[in-house]
Amino acid sequence: MNPQSTLPPTPAALPPKTGDPSAPAGPGPKGPRSEVRFFAGLGHVALAVWAVIVIVPILWTFLAAFKNTSEIFSSPWTLPAELRWENFGRAWTKAHVGRYFLNSVIVVSCSTFLTMLLGAMAAYVLARYKFWGNRAIYFLFVSGLAFPVFLALVPLFFVVKNLGLLDTHTGVVLVYTAYSLPFTVFFLAAFFKTLPSSVAEAGMIDGCGHSRLFFQVMMPMAKPGLISVAIFNIIGQWAQYQLPLVLLSNAKDKWVLTQGIADISVNAGYEADWSGLFAALTIAILPMIIVYAVFQRQIQAGLTSGAVK
Amino acid sequence: MRHGKYPFVIGFLFAPVALYVTFVIWPYAQAFQISMTNWRGLSAPQWVGFDNYRRLLDDGAFWKAVQHHGVLLLALPLITIAIALFFAFLLNVGGKSSGGQRQGVWGAKFYRVVFFFPQVLAVAIIAVLFQMVYRPNESGLINGVLMKFGLEPVLFLIKPNLALWSIIAVLVWQAVGFYVVLFSAGMASIPGEIYEAAEMDGATKVTLFFRVTLPLLWDTLQVAWVYLGIAAFDAFAIVAVLSVDGGGPDGATTVLAMEIYRNAFVYSKYGYASAMGVALFFLTLTFAALTLRLTKRESVEY
Repeated sequence: MNPQSTLPPTPAALPPKTGDPSAPAGPGPKGPRSEVRFFAGLGHVALAVWAVIVIVPILWTFLAAFKNTSEIFSSPWTLPAELRWENFGRAWTKAHVGRYFLNSVIVVSCSTFLTMLLGAMAAYVLARYKFWGNRAIYFLFVSGLAFPVFLALVPLFFVVKNLGLLDTHTGVVLVYTAYSLPFTVFFLAAFFKTLPSSVAEAGMIDGCGHSRLFFQVMMPMAKPGLISVAIFNIIGQWAQYQLPLVLLSNAKDKWVLTQGIADISVNAGYEADWSGLFAALTIAILPMIIVYAVFQRQIQAGLTSGAVK
Repeated sequence: MRHGKYPFVIGFLFAPVALYVTFVIWPYAQAFQISMTNWRGLSAPQWVGFDNYRRLLDDGAFWKAVQHHGVLLLALPLITIAIALFFAFLLNVGGKSSGGQRQGVWGAKFYRVVFFFPQVLAVAIIAVLFQMVYRPNESGLINGVLMKFGLEPVLFLIKPNLALWSIIAVLVWQAVGFYVVLFSAGMASIPGEIYEAAEMDGATKVTLFFRVTLPLLWDTLQVAWVYLGIAAFDAFAIVAVLSVDGGGPDGATTVLAMEIYRNAFVYSKYGYASAMGVALFFLTLTFAALTLRLTKRESVEY
């Protein structure tokens, strides 16, 4: 019998605020209480340890970004002797992180915009209009969820090449959009189905055309769903590595951030510029922390939206 | 009112369908065809039937990759789900209960935010980060400490029997937070009265976890297993960036995606690479079908 469910909690019955796995187990009669304490204590330690495991590598990278190479080797765990901002300058211009960053921003903003526009249009029509072939087109889109990108990699490379889009941002944007459509259509079609049809009917009676109804009535109503999918797509497309690796291989000035950082890490070995690499990593990670800190709730909801029915 | 429905429908569907068929459906269809040829990109492809698939059977690198997918497929979901379930339980029901209201432990919000963060980072970036963490000399995060204490450095990515596990550890590091949030959402939808009733009957936290939380979370667990399984069949970015020479040392960490990439874009063996792609597709499909079939059981209604 758990005393906490029947008695008002006494201070002793509360789980300790700080973890202490070695807390002695109480004597016999207090069994359940000590079990709670032990469990909570152990849990706190485990949680704190995992938090440290997550934070320390990132924090360590930020610190190393201010060090010089000899410091990185002699004292990897100490604070930098001085703040060497020039490491960031070197990473930004000489290692072209600035360029890569800008490329990523351009590509992902274009492709997410296009994904949302085309995905919402297709999903809306498939969800709310009856016509011949509706189901077939819907399943065509959804079947894309089951195929690994690697199956299509070789033919995709030649399709893009034959269209003259190899080593261009246009090609990458179109490919990102195409591969984002299955999930976007799948999710948004389900969302558009839940919207009440009374509003749409009222709009129709007022003489609203099909496209005006979509852009001015349905899109604003679908805003929560659109935001979730947009976040899902932004983060997914920002993280892409294999597609740009194949599609932009010969145009180094068009590379995206993931590609660029991976390349810098290879070159850092030859040039022994470890601090530059740490600075480059910091430039890649820090903006994500800021964005995550601001939109934490929306990002968690957006990324898990695929898994929650 | 129905006037102009078809022009509208066609107008809205044309661009998305055209783009999707050009860059997704058409390449997928072609992949099966190319896998039956000996195409090297220069001359016209010649039909060779199932030759590429026969060669796959004798290809050591292919079997190594398949074996690594087997290890990933077991280890990644098992470890990730176990850790994430434990944390999600602590964060949601691990604390005291006051007035029938289930509470997580102190600081639950903070932990959830921190744990989830790696999910926002690109895998390629994380791979570079862990190259630093795993470095085999005193400049590495882990070996720097070990060597300060006079211990031998651990060669995380260089020892063949350790390299794959070092990579799995990074994948787990990234994934746990996502599943903590996912399981938390599932646990939040379990009514508090069920826990209350169980506690009245004298259930301990451990019993609560195994007899109440776990069965009621079965659907979410199934989703998690499928997701992690699909991740186990990809793993390209992490292997390509983190491991020594793309799947090394000596193929000890290679995965099918890595072999496809190498065969296609380094050796220009397009036909052979496509055959590997088809093999990967059928492996993924078999996994998904098996999982859904094996984990199917009466879901508990509440």
